[in-house]
Amino acid sequence: MINKVLIANRGEIAARIIRTCKKLGIQTVAIYSEADHKAPYVTMADQNFLVGPPRVNESYLNVERIIAVAKETNACAIHPGYGFLSESEAFANRCVEEGLTFIGPTGSVMKQMGSKIAARNAMKKIGIPVVPGTDDAIATIDEGLKIAKQIGYPIMLKASAGGGGIGMQVVNSDEELLKAFEGNSKRAQTFFGDGSMFMEKKIENARHIEIQILADHHGNAIHLYERECSIQRRNQKVIEEAPSRFISESTRQRMGEAAVKAVKALKYTNAGTIEFLVDESENYYFLEMNTRIQVEHPITEEITGIDIVEQQLHIAAGKELAIEQMDLRIDGHAIEARIYAEDPVTFFPSPGHISNFELPEGVNVRNEVAVTADYDVTPFYDPMIGKLIVKGSNREEAITLLEEALSNYKIEGIKTNIPMLQEVVKHEQFRKGNTTTAFVENFYQK
Amino acid sequence: MQEVKASMAGNVWKIVVSVGEQVEEGQDIVILESMKMEIPIAAEASGTVKELKVAEGDFVNDEDVLAVIE
Repeated sequence: MINKVLIANRGEIAARIIRTCKKLGIQTVAIYSEADHKAPYVTMADQNFLVGPPRVNESYLNVERIIAVAKETNACAIHPGYGFLSESEAFANRCVEEGLTFIGPTGSVMKQMGSKIAARNAMKKIGIPVVPGTDDAIATIDEGLKIAKQIGYPIMLKASAGGGGIGMQVVNSDEELLKAFEGNSKRAQTFFGDGSMFMEKKIENARHIEIQILADHHGNAIHLYERECSIQRRNQKVIEEAPSRFISESTRQRMGEAAVKAVKALKYTNAGTIEFLVDESENYYFLEMNTRIQVEHPITEEITGIDIVEQQLHIAAGKELAIEQMDLRIDGHAIEARIYAEDPVTFFPSPGHISNFELPEGVNVRNEVAVTADYDVTPFYDPMIGKLIVKGSNREEAITLLEEALSNYKIEGIKTNIPMLQEVVKHEQFRKGNTTTAFVENFYQK
Repeated sequence: MQEVKASMAGNVWKIVVSVGEQVEEGQDIVILESMKMEIPIAAEASGTVKELKVAEGDFVNDEDVLAVIE
C-alpha cells in the first residue's frame, strides 16, 4: 500500500503526479528550491519542503536532503518524474536501501539502459533491430575513421551517456568526423562524466516513433501503442502525436510486440518507453529506452483512457496489471505541443517575468503547466513551461483544435515558441503528415 | 574600450579567454548556461582582454558586464 508519496521533481510533472495522487486518496509531499517557492505545484501538495538553493546539485539532485524529507514526513514512496534523479541508478538503489519505494524500474535495469552502448547490445541480443553502427565505445579517432568507412556517411556521432541532444552530431565526411570527435567527447565528459563516443548510420528521412509500455512485478507487460515525436528542434521534441499517421497497422503491431518482448526479456518493471527510428520503408530500429515517465505521456493517456501515473503507483505497490493487451483500443487522435520560454526563431532561452497568463479552454483541450500569471521564469531549469494537449476524433480535427487553442494561449512578458508552433501546425507538409525529424530544419528554418 | 555583456540571465559555465589575450571580433569570451543551454557570448570588436568581471560558476543577470576589452 502506498499512502504517501514524495515527488522529487518540480514544474508541470510535479503538478501532474499530485493530481493523480489526490484522485487516489494518496497524500503528497512536494519539494522545491529557493527559485521555485512561488511555483503552483508547491501549494498543490499536502506538504511542501524547501530542499536548497536554485542550483540543481544543491536542490533537486540533493539526494541526502530529499531522503531526509521523505523520512521526516513518513512518505513511503518517491516519484522521480522525468529528468533530475529519474534515471539515476544510485538514487533508485538508495531509496530501496532506505526502505522507500522508488516509483520506477530497478537500479540495475536503469544502469543497463542508461548506457546507450549497453542498451544497444542488450536489444541486439534480444533480437530487436538496431541502427547499423559500433557495438563498443570508439577508443581513438583512427578507429573511428576506420569504422566510418565500414558504415558509410552520413553518420550520427553520439555520446554513450548522452541525453537531450548533447554530444550528438551528424558528420558527413572524414574531415567533419575529425573536427567533431574530440570536442564532442570532451563535452560529454563535462556534462555526463563519461566521454565515450559511438557511431550509428544516420537514417535518412527518419521518423521518431516510440512505444509506451507498462510492466508489473508478476511478469505481465503490455504496450499502449506508439507516439510519433518527429517534430524536433535542437534534437529535442516540440510536437508529439498519437497514433502515428505514418505506420501501417501491421508495423504498429510488430513494433508493439517487439517492445513487449524487450521489456519481458529485460525483466523491466513500471512504465517505460522504447524509442525507435523508422525509415521510409517502415523498417524500425531501436534508438534508446527511457526508464521513466515521458514528458509526452498525456497523448497516450488521451487515446487509451489510461492514467499512466496511476498505473505507475499501482505497479510500484506490487499489484498485478489490471489491463490486458486485448482490452486496449486506440480512440481518436491526440497532439501535444510543448510550450517553451524561448525565442521562436533562434530557440535561445527567454527567462523573465510573466505578467499575463491565460490558458485555452475546451472539452478536448488539456493543459499541463508549470507557471502562472505574475511569475518569474528563472534561468536555472529547463525552458519548458507548459504542455498543450488536444484530442480529436481524427488527426484533422485534432489539428484544428490545436490551432484554435494555440491562438487562445496568452503569455505576456517573456518570449515563447508559440509563433513557431503555429507555423508548424499550419504548414502543408505537417498537415499531410510528412513529419520527419528534419522537419524544422527543412521547412521552418529555411 | 568595449564591455562584453550577458545577453540573458544564467550561470557562467566557461570563461574561454584570459586577461591580456588578444581577441578577434566575434570570438567567444564567455559561455553562459541558461535553461540547460549553452549561450556563447562573443566580443563585438577586436582588442585585448583587460579585465574579467566574473568567475566560472557565478550567476549573472541580463546586461551584466562579463569582461572589458581594450
